[in-house]
Amino acid sequence: MAKETKTLNLNFGPQHPAAHGVLRLILQLDGEIVEKADPHIGLLHRGTEKLIENKTYTQAVPYFDRLDYVAPMNQEHAFALAIEKILKIEVPIRAQYIRVMFCEIGRILSHILNVTTQAMDVGALTPTLWGFEEREILMGFYEKVSGSRLHANYFRAGGVHQDLPKGLDKEIGKFCERFPRIINDLELLLTDNRIFKQRNVDIGVVSKQDALDYSFSGVMLRGSGVPWDLRKSQPYDCYEQFEFKIPVGKNGDCYDRYLCRIEEMKESVNIINQCLANLPVGPIKTDDGKISPPPKKEIKQSMEALIHHFKLYTEGYRVDKDEIYTAVEAPKGEFGVYLISDGSSKPYKCKIRAPGFSHLQAMDYLIKGHMLADVPAVLGSMDIVFGEVDR
Amino acid sequence: MQNIQDLEKILNSQLNTKIKSSLIKHNQIYLKIDEADLTEVILFLKTNSKTKFRQLIDITAVDFPENEIRFKLVYLLLSHEFNQRIIIEMDVKEKEIVGSITSIFPAANWMEREVFDMYGIDFKDHPDLRRILTDYGFEGHPLRKDFPLTGHNEVRYSHETKKVIYEPVKLEQNYRNFDYESPWEGTKYIKEQTKE
Repeated sequence: MAKETKTLNLNFGPQHPAAHGVLRLILQLDGEIVEKADPHIGLLHRGTEKLIENKTYTQAVPYFDRLDYVAPMNQEHAFALAIEKILKIEVPIRAQYIRVMFCEIGRILSHILNVTTQAMDVGALTPTLWGFEEREILMGFYEKVSGSRLHANYFRAGGVHQDLPKGLDKEIGKFCERFPRIINDLELLLTDNRIFKQRNVDIGVVSKQDALDYSFSGVMLRGSGVPWDLRKSQPYDCYEQFEFKIPVGKNGDCYDRYLCRIEEMKESVNIINQCLANLPVGPIKTDDGKISPPPKKEIKQSMEALIHHFKLYTEGYRVDKDEIYTAVEAPKGEFGVYLISDGSSKPYKCKIRAPGFSHLQAMDYLIKGHMLADVPAVLGSMDIVFGEVDR
Repeated sequence: MQNIQDLEKILNSQLNTKIKSSLIKHNQIYLKIDEADLTEVILFLKTNSKTKFRQLIDITAVDFPENEIRFKLVYLLLSHEFNQRIIIEMDVKEKEIVGSITSIFPAANWMEREVFDMYGIDFKDHPDLRRILTDYGFEGHPLRKDFPLTGHNEVRYSHETKKVIYEPVKLEQNYRNFDYESPWEGTKYIKEQTKE
């Protein structure tokens, strides 16, 4: 007797722990095989781009923290670079080192979260607990330098807001000594783990060509064997002064992407160590009074400083009429800012290019023909954060 | 890395009539083209062995309400082989329908949907032109300059009807947009209020 079959529509999310946020995924299932996936996004849309158009350049920075909220400073970096390139600001070398250091801390923050939650999605809870302990320490560094654990608002056009507090470099150094052992522990739990491999090897395979066609970037691109990292190919700030390797995957599956992230964390520790070893002394923001606010002490004595302070915190600085696209290698891929300035103190247009947007778009292509249980594995390895996808 | 000036020359000689103007700025090439040539130019840039712009980074639009041709569509492409970026711009009228490039770059699908959602620009031959970021049943195009920052509707849970309801936005205080550039004349909205 022939059995009658029909496809089943399953609504995955918007509230589902494995969706990594508010993703509504409409899956067409034939038994347990996924035939089609239609992601509905925008449930976290806050109109960031519209809000930025109505704020001064300084006021716009905090919005970047709220995009990919697991690695906030990397996003601020793209925005700061865009303004600096238009205004042709020289960034002091110490500020560049600090920015690179905190971007790499951001990369570790993001990769710990991703690697461990990916493990959790496929059934391992321990890595999450171990990893989050380390994230707590890293966010402590964020707090010490900027005053807040998550939404740092620390990078400015022309440098950073404040210098490192005393002793922080030693603390970061201590962390870097200890952290490789933690990565090792995580690897002991996962890399050769039978269940983890069964759930990830040969799942969500992306070919080189498709990775290019679907606008993948970051680990999603490198996992498929394309050696492309903006830190190397289009270095910004002082990245060219550091020695680091770019891990590249072979098979383009979820497991390779996991391995890339683990290796990248090791490289990030390496970069932070180099930063600390050569951290120059000097100013931490440009001395152009028309762009960066004067120190508090000066305001009490100098009329010029007072005027600068007043103008900067009311009108803000003006940015010449121009348009530019700048991109940084954020932990999730190429994060770009397409900025159009019109000579006033507010951006005319600020388009944010979020890596996760293109990655999630390929969900249908990636998951077609896989089992339902592979959906969280693929989603986990794509490293989606809805703050940046929905903007 | 191929020299950016050489690349600009190659583009200008091979696509000569299709390029309205080209410019090198911030180490990137800015091309201005006509809407009608879009697919041809993009396909050329992607497939030609001397350009190899094989990755579409983003598509976006810019709204200039005071211009006769209101929108500017912007395509950002990246070439890994030559390590170059290109920015392609074209002017689009308000109700004009633009050709879709989803057949060249599958990644254009969501990007075009976003432009449609945010600016209301239509794309011809797009496989699935739906809204993407805004709410189900949303009206208007939020990134247009004439769309108010606060939006039109707000949403809340109503205890009377026991469901989520939409209502027109009620602000306790007017949105104040301070115009710091002319402190002596007063801000624009004050001037408009006093005129009435």
